[in-house]
Amino acid sequence: MNTPTWAQLTNLAVAVLFILSLKALSSPKSARLGTLIGAVGALIATVLLFFTGIELDNLIIIVVMIVIGSAIGLVSARRVKMTQMPQLVALFNGVGGGAAGLVAVVEFLHADGSGSFLFWLFTVVTVIIGSVAFSGSIVTYLKLQEIMTTRPVVIPAGKWVTMLVAAGTVGVAVWAIATPEFWLILLLLALSLAFGVLFVLPVGGADVPIVISLLNACTGLAVAASGYVLNNVLLLIAGTLVGASGTVLTSMMAKAMGRPLTATLFGAFSGTTAGGTTEITDRPVRSGSPSDIAIMLGYAGKVILVPGYGLAVAQAQSTLRELADLLAARGIDVDYAIHPVAGRMPGHMNVLLAEASVPYEQLKEMDEINPEFSSTDVVLVVGANDVVNPAARTDKSAPIYGMPILDVDTAGQVVFLKRSMRPGFAGIENELLFDPKTTMLFGDAKESLTKVVSSLKAL
Amino acid sequence: MDGVALLTIFILSVFVGFEVVSKVSTVLHTPLMSGANAIHGIVLLGGIIVTGVAETPLEVILGALAVLLGAINLVGGFVVTDRMLEMFKPKKAPVPTDQEGAA
Repeated sequence: MNTPTWAQLTNLAVAVLFILSLKALSSPKSARLGTLIGAVGALIATVLLFFTGIELDNLIIIVVMIVIGSAIGLVSARRVKMTQMPQLVALFNGVGGGAAGLVAVVEFLHADGSGSFLFWLFTVVTVIIGSVAFSGSIVTYLKLQEIMTTRPVVIPAGKWVTMLVAAGTVGVAVWAIATPEFWLILLLLALSLAFGVLFVLPVGGADVPIVISLLNACTGLAVAASGYVLNNVLLLIAGTLVGASGTVLTSMMAKAMGRPLTATLFGAFSGTTAGGTTEITDRPVRSGSPSDIAIMLGYAGKVILVPGYGLAVAQAQSTLRELADLLAARGIDVDYAIHPVAGRMPGHMNVLLAEASVPYEQLKEMDEINPEFSSTDVVLVVGANDVVNPAARTDKSAPIYGMPILDVDTAGQVVFLKRSMRPGFAGIENELLFDPKTTMLFGDAKESLTKVVSSLKAL
Repeated sequence: MDGVALLTIFILSVFVGFEVVSKVSTVLHTPLMSGANAIHGIVLLGGIIVTGVAETPLEVILGALAVLLGAINLVGGFVVTDRMLEMFKPKKAPVPTDQEGAA
């Protein structure tokens, strides 16, 4: 079957649209246009595929599946709460990897033993990478959804089991390329799926976004390999683009979080990433009542709010904005300090606060706000911990050492709204909590904020 | 298309992929990842192609599943990315707040 020239040219045009889409997504001004360009490209490619004269035996099944799949994608993407968005992205990535793996399996069955060496090679590669991306993404989903623990899961001799499974996968892959038999592909599927799970299990919560990005790049490569198998240039280009840009993005994310990529990857094997303690110490801390805190805030000249994931979990974004508005109405200078990885992923907090209609201009990024802390009277930290932990600057043994943090400790006074003394995602203690200038208010972020707001109104 | 031509396309695409996202503010990391995630949903085409030629029931079932998963990835990916970016629009939020203050 030959692809008509017009179809080849359309594929080229769609590939260009995908490149432009990624380009536009890299800049805040054009990002939304980028999504549109990409979606239009995908739509054109999908619709036109039906008219290129390819064999379409099971047309009804195909159309029904597209409709059902689109409906599931649309509804889940529209309904998801913004706090749960990272795990939905992980899930979408996983099903994409699964789709690529399945395409390769079907192509393997269909080829029925006849094919070139490269054909078998790329079929096997697609099965492996697609399956790893699928099972790995499902585990990251379970971690982010907190269906399973976010802490690193270390199974006994896990490192050796993982290496054994990896070696087994490679061995069976070679075997399957040499003698393409279906049971070998099934074995390969099982091993690859197991490897994906073993790879992600030991990753600590703080490293999960990096792993999602990495698995995203993996799915891209699986799609590229499937493009080779099917002799489809568009799949090859689109998959490669995602694989390459995803790799760059992964290393940029790792850098923003102060975690060398190698530590995340090899940490995943040795089970030491972002580990730490869950112990609760009984050292004395100073805690204040909501009205104490309202007075501190209400008579300050300059206040900086530091929102963290705890705020998002408690769905307290609007309450925090109400507090900020009240303070601003009293003539107090109010800003939000956004750590690059506040929330669960880079940029997540910006999305959550924008959803609560916080004006974009009030959101200050770390580099911009850090010099301002020393001239700030009160810093209110809501549900954040690791991103303000001075141990990242001072304690070389801390898992977060080297991560850029918000210099909250240089401010006049610091107020923490926290559920408990439990350490943050990285599992390490925060010395700042015991500092004499720190006041704690324990409880759910939303309840605490609501109490502070009503005390502030009564001032 | 022969192997060398596909390899050429692959290598060039790698470089384009590297270059196109070289400078991105951290704020956009997640939307960009999500957008890239949507783009690889184009694997849907692969699902359609293999299902179109599928013969045995097993091939049809697995192919149909690939189409289903690909469509979820493609459509869901773009919609969730758009929802994230919707939030970055310049807001007119301060205006109603000011009116409340005045009233």
